[in-house]
Amino acid sequence: MNLHEKKIPIIKIHDYLIVPIQVDMHDKLAIQLQSQILEEIAKTRAKGVLIDISVLEMVDSFIGRMLSGMASMAAIMDTSVVIVGMQPAVAITLVELGLEMPGVDTALNMEKGMEMLERRLKSRKTDSF
Amino acid sequence: MLEFPYNTDCDLLGKFKIDTEYDIVTVRQVIRQYAKDMGMGIVDQTRITTAVSELFRNMYNYAGGGEVLIERGEVESHNALIVTCMDQGPGIENLELAMSDGFTSGQGMGYGLPGTKRLVDRFEIQSVLNEGTTVRIMKWK
Repeated sequence: MNLHEKKIPIIKIHDYLIVPIQVDMHDKLAIQLQSQILEEIAKTRAKGVLIDISVLEMVDSFIGRMLSGMASMAAIMDTSVVIVGMQPAVAITLVELGLEMPGVDTALNMEKGMEMLERRLKSRKTDSF
Repeated sequence: MLEFPYNTDCDLLGKFKIDTEYDIVTVRQVIRQYAKDMGMGIVDQTRITTAVSELFRNMYNYAGGGEVLIERGEVESHNALIVTCMDQGPGIENLELAMSDGFTSGQGMGYGLPGTKRLVDRFEIQSVLNEGTTVRIMKWK
């Protein structure tokens, strides 16, 4: 396993970007992913981003801050971010750690996350009339 | 190295250096494996892994790295996984403040020590200005 060379794929489907995080991220990889997603948002004009963390066995304060930072940055670019699939043990630990993730929406799984984004997109369209 | 008031009778499982951010990931995975091997449940595995990750990052960010001792032993009739993090960094000026709950890692301020403490069963810290900081945490099986 070479920790240094891993790259996280970003998949585009219709208006959405799907980011499956499959590795235990070191700090540089997390920061790199953040800018990679923002670049991809700009390039594809995606309306929503689903970040799948279902295989992540831990989220520490660094990764937690990276995720909430990304949600705020994406919001400025008029894109919604939903974090999907957080393991119960990770959620428990985050709360005990006292880490708040303001502005971060979460969904139980990819399907629910997608529905959340679609609802949001629809309500935004109606708003603009 | 700073000494804790009492020594525990335990087996050394491993000794590691935290020099790079890759070491943070590697060593926390090693600790998770030990926690698993001891028979800790998934939530406790996650708690100890997250706690050490916070401590390693502090060593890496504030002290340029440090050393980690992983031990297993019986402490107060508990089967304990013991992780000691030692650095030779600047030390923490006001330990009481650093340990108080308003001083969390929430917005990137402070060392996140109160949160880390909540994740483990025993948390001990010693710090001397310009000499370094040693944190020892324990998780009962």
